[in-house]
Amino acid sequence: MAVSRLASSSSSSGSSLVKPISAALSFTSSLRRSLSSSADDSTTLTIETSLPFTSHNCDPPSRAVETSPKELMSFFREMALMRRMEIAADSLYKAKLIRGFCHLYDGQEAVAVGMEAAITKKDCIITAYRDHCTFLGRGGTLLEVFAELMGRQAGCSKGKGGSMHFYKKENGFYGGHGIVGAQIPLGCGLAFAQKYSKDETVTFASYGDGAANQGQLFEALNMAALWDLPAILVCENNHYGMGTAEWRAAKSPAYYKRGDYVPGLKVDGMDVLAVKQACKFAKEYALKNGPLILEMDTYRYHGHSMSDPGSTYRTRDEISGVRQERDPVERVRKLLTSHDIASEKELKDIEKEIRKAVDEAIAQAKESPMPEPSELFTNVYVKGYGVESFGADRKEVRARLP
Amino acid sequence: MWGVLRQKVCAGGLPGMYIRPAVAAFRNYSSSAKQMMVREALNSALDEEMSADHRVFLMGEEVGEYQGAYKISKGLLEKYGPERVLDTPITEAGFTGIGVGAAYYGLRPVVEFMTFNFSMQAIDHIINSAAKSNYMSAGQISVPIVFRGPNGAAAGVGAQHSQCYAAWYGSCPGLKVLSPYSSEDARGLLKAAIRDPDPVVFLENELLYGESFPVSDEVLDSSFCLPIGKAKIEREGKDVTITAYSKMVGFALKAAEMLSKEGISAEVINLRSIRPLDRSTINASVRKTNRLVTVEEGFPQHGVGAEICTSVIEESFGYLDAPVERIAGADVPMPYAANLERMAVPQVEDIVRAAKRACYRSVPMAATA
Repeated sequence: MAVSRLASSSSSSGSSLVKPISAALSFTSSLRRSLSSSADDSTTLTIETSLPFTSHNCDPPSRAVETSPKELMSFFREMALMRRMEIAADSLYKAKLIRGFCHLYDGQEAVAVGMEAAITKKDCIITAYRDHCTFLGRGGTLLEVFAELMGRQAGCSKGKGGSMHFYKKENGFYGGHGIVGAQIPLGCGLAFAQKYSKDETVTFASYGDGAANQGQLFEALNMAALWDLPAILVCENNHYGMGTAEWRAAKSPAYYKRGDYVPGLKVDGMDVLAVKQACKFAKEYALKNGPLILEMDTYRYHGHSMSDPGSTYRTRDEISGVRQERDPVERVRKLLTSHDIASEKELKDIEKEIRKAVDEAIAQAKESPMPEPSELFTNVYVKGYGVESFGADRKEVRARLP
Repeated sequence: MWGVLRQKVCAGGLPGMYIRPAVAAFRNYSSSAKQMMVREALNSALDEEMSADHRVFLMGEEVGEYQGAYKISKGLLEKYGPERVLDTPITEAGFTGIGVGAAYYGLRPVVEFMTFNFSMQAIDHIINSAAKSNYMSAGQISVPIVFRGPNGAAAGVGAQHSQCYAAWYGSCPGLKVLSPYSSEDARGLLKAAIRDPDPVVFLENELLYGESFPVSDEVLDSSFCLPIGKAKIEREGKDVTITAYSKMVGFALKAAEMLSKEGISAEVINLRSIRPLDRSTINASVRKTNRLVTVEEGFPQHGVGAEICTSVIEESFGYLDAPVERIAGADVPMPYAANLERMAVPQVEDIVRAAKRACYRSVPMAATA
């Protein structure tokens, strides 16, 4: 289990001294409340990651991660929100309100949340089609998510993109891409532009273990290394590329080593603090030295998409095993309760709030209308020059592109 | 003054502004005897646009130190430095994706393909990452990128290096596809492409690079720009309309010369823009001449000519006095042997013959073995 030390102005000598004191304090709820309120803001907690980092061609960062009660609470809240959002999307899909593709991220929340904690909205993130939670982390709203999934006007892409095409450019989120692997060169391009513009920011380009074998990854990585681009390639290794286990697709599933001359770090992707530490390290590294690979060891509870039960190529025991041993939300819940930052009840209340917020957002999204028929012809170009475009029967439906 | 007006027009700031008649007259006026090679036209256009906008940069194989595989980017590395003129490894999928990503962020890349045959390695980025992004994001992610390079057949380069991609890219909504013929076209259209906020596929022609054309002072002005989506009537006529783009415009003009000696007045339209296709100019011309010959270098099936033919049938059927004739590359991979290569690409005689058929001036050919 995680070893922790409570660091405050009155420093404690050894863990054996601290534990009995906090245990005694926890009996008095009022005392605990006053302790947690004063501990909320400025107290720094140092918590060790569950596993050490494994590195390739670099010195790994320390296992001891600096955080605060406030930050841990926000981790819980964000991950629990993402979890509930994805589960709600599952129901909506089964109710046929979401059509086409729907790739859910539940189980992988720690990667999205930990990454956000290490960076700013001026840094860029680009990912593939499992993008709902990343979008939320970048400042997207629940309404924008559900409305887009249902193809409504209030969606982040006004209903014209769908599950795989969420974007929030003003917050540095560049999608949302349907073609496996394409987002990696695109992400290196973002990093190129950041360097060209001297913005002192970085790009995180996320991809899966399936995409890790794509040739264009190595093409882009080569150029990123040649030109010292501030690009961080993040392999979200959930061990299955659709229905193909990593050992059946990759001769060498040590994805963090695949960069060869590019350093890599293997991270426990179910530990939000480890993710935060790794991303913080990566950002500092990339700004000075060019690209780096982060391999996040993570897991998805759902199948590849809503049309995949996810149990034909892996056992239910495996799935429930991960849920019991490594669930990212549960890990933070335990940290919060064991450090007396919040009680079980408080956390349950938060989850209730979240359920309510999700339900409200869904209700609102259902109210949002489908796009106007004229929207068929908008945004084909930025500047259409009044050129004509056509519907299926061009004698019936034609429009001038604005 | 004209330069400023034209800049406004091709910036699209004034949609539906019909100054075309006056502009067309101005364009036909070539007082200056100055000659410019297409290569120089492209080079000067790149140079001026890079100078005017710091966000414009060039990337591709051999564009820097080698001065460009066909010397189109000569002198640019020296002038703008390695941050803005990038020699890439031979990895089209990778560097095209990088270019598109840079465009997402707001830069204005010019990605050079040594020939468009190699663009097939990167076609996913051109179509799925570039062309469709503005639509899928409902306007959030625009992609102000230009993909340029030689297209179509060269001389003796064989099947894998000779394909014309106008029809493939021209079918894709979200892309703009341009193909210059003369130096004026090359300068004006490349400048327009670089200034355009959407992804533009710019199809040049290797054999045209060394050809010289007269250019007026106006064309040489750094603000010169041609509108996207407007064809040019290279030669007016009244008996038959011949549409062509790129190198075939030159062949069509030669064919028109030969036809005029036989009393057939051909109107030659230089498409300039494959997408958007200038249907109104083409249709107006066919309504005048009543006969149409489409000419292209690319494969015939599902080609540019097929689209033009259908467009005319849809909009001007009643005006056609003869079936539309289609001259295209042979329906075979490009052979190497010089005599077979000659048969695989349209020649001037082919265009003349087709125009005569459209005018009912020749006996139709029986099917050959």
